[in-house]
Amino acid sequence: MAARYRAIFCLNQFFGGLGGEDKAYLAPQLLEGARGPGIFLERLVPEVEVVATLVCGDNYLAEKTELAISEILALLRPWFENEEKDRVHLLLAGPAFNAGRYGLACGAICKAVRECFAVPAVTAMYPENPAVEEYRKDVLIARAGEDVMAMEESLKNMAGLACKLLQGEELLPGRDDYIPQGRRKNYFAEKSGAVRAVDMLLKKLAGEPFSTEYVMPVFDRVAPAPAVQDMAIARLALVTSGGIVPHGNPDRIEAANASRFGAYPLQGLSAFSAETHQSAHGGYDATFANENPNRILPLDVVRELEAEGAFGSLHDTYYATVGNGTSVANAKKYGSEIAKRLLADGVQAVILTST
Amino acid sequence: MTKAIEEKGIAVVHACSIVPISKTVGANRILPTVAIPHPFGDPDKDPEEEKKMRKELVEKALRALATPIDQQQVF
Repeated sequence: MAARYRAIFCLNQFFGGLGGEDKAYLAPQLLEGARGPGIFLERLVPEVEVVATLVCGDNYLAEKTELAISEILALLRPWFENEEKDRVHLLLAGPAFNAGRYGLACGAICKAVRECFAVPAVTAMYPENPAVEEYRKDVLIARAGEDVMAMEESLKNMAGLACKLLQGEELLPGRDDYIPQGRRKNYFAEKSGAVRAVDMLLKKLAGEPFSTEYVMPVFDRVAPAPAVQDMAIARLALVTSGGIVPHGNPDRIEAANASRFGAYPLQGLSAFSAETHQSAHGGYDATFANENPNRILPLDVVRELEAEGAFGSLHDTYYATVGNGTSVANAKKYGSEIAKRLLADGVQAVILTST
Repeated sequence: MTKAIEEKGIAVVHACSIVPISKTVGANRILPTVAIPHPFGDPDKDPEEEKKMRKELVEKALRALATPIDQQQVF
């Protein structure tokens, strides 16, 4: 079937084939035709033709979001404001899977493009991606798998939803596989709410499965802990998800999807150095961290401040994991285990650094 | 991790470069840092200046830990 819809496809520097973490500060650029997942998409969904690929570095977009978005809109404007026959119909971004920076980029680009050019802009993410909460109300986010293994179904789902939108079809959570946007829709039901509620209750009492019509939001928030009263006598601890480990990574903490955290001694250590410590993180360019690990976990100045009396004392162990695609459940588990050890040593305050 | 530690009543300051992620995840005391691959450093600065900046950031982190808050706050 001939392509009916002309699309711009947005990718980060990895999927766009321009480089790894060394190219994470790449400014947005528009390349002709399809790249990487875009080529695959054209094969999977022949209705869609990828006319151009927008590639932007993960760090560039995450750190300079406003600038990046204005540059991206300027690059895309001619395509969306073209003459009718050459006009682009939609924008696809991702899938971002469970990648935080990539998810934020896809969300920000889709939101801006939809608002600026009034065309469908669809992305796909794993439901735990931190960008979901930020963008799900403004952006249609197709459900994607956790990592690139799920590329095929995630692409199909994302493009399928976009085609439906272009055909003027209605999308409904439950029927279509996307992250609900929290909208309410009026419709005529056969039975009144009271009858439906009692039906549900009877099913519940009988132990039969039933599904609610209104899913309650889960607020997984923690109240702020009280401020430290007297910093001069407080015990402080250092924790990082930036992957700073002793040289050689003795616990073999994984570069992504870490299955553990490490607890490492600080006794007698006045600073980290390239000889003693390194980064085990696979989600950023570790050149600067390996040169000087204090750039991730600032032990050198923490020791100076301890000597100057800016706080009481430093807990003599630091805790590290790699926060790269780590599941929420695992992060929670590591946090709880670390908290137990901190409490046992009377720690009142923590500096937790992330990359 | 931040929340699981804070849940036990220990004040945590989350120092990171992508503030929107920290907010979404639910950290309460958030300290924006320099850049993703070097939150507490800047390889373009000379080492002394870089260390001075790092110290100022940690001092800011300590101030955040000593600041009473009742909701998320970016310092």
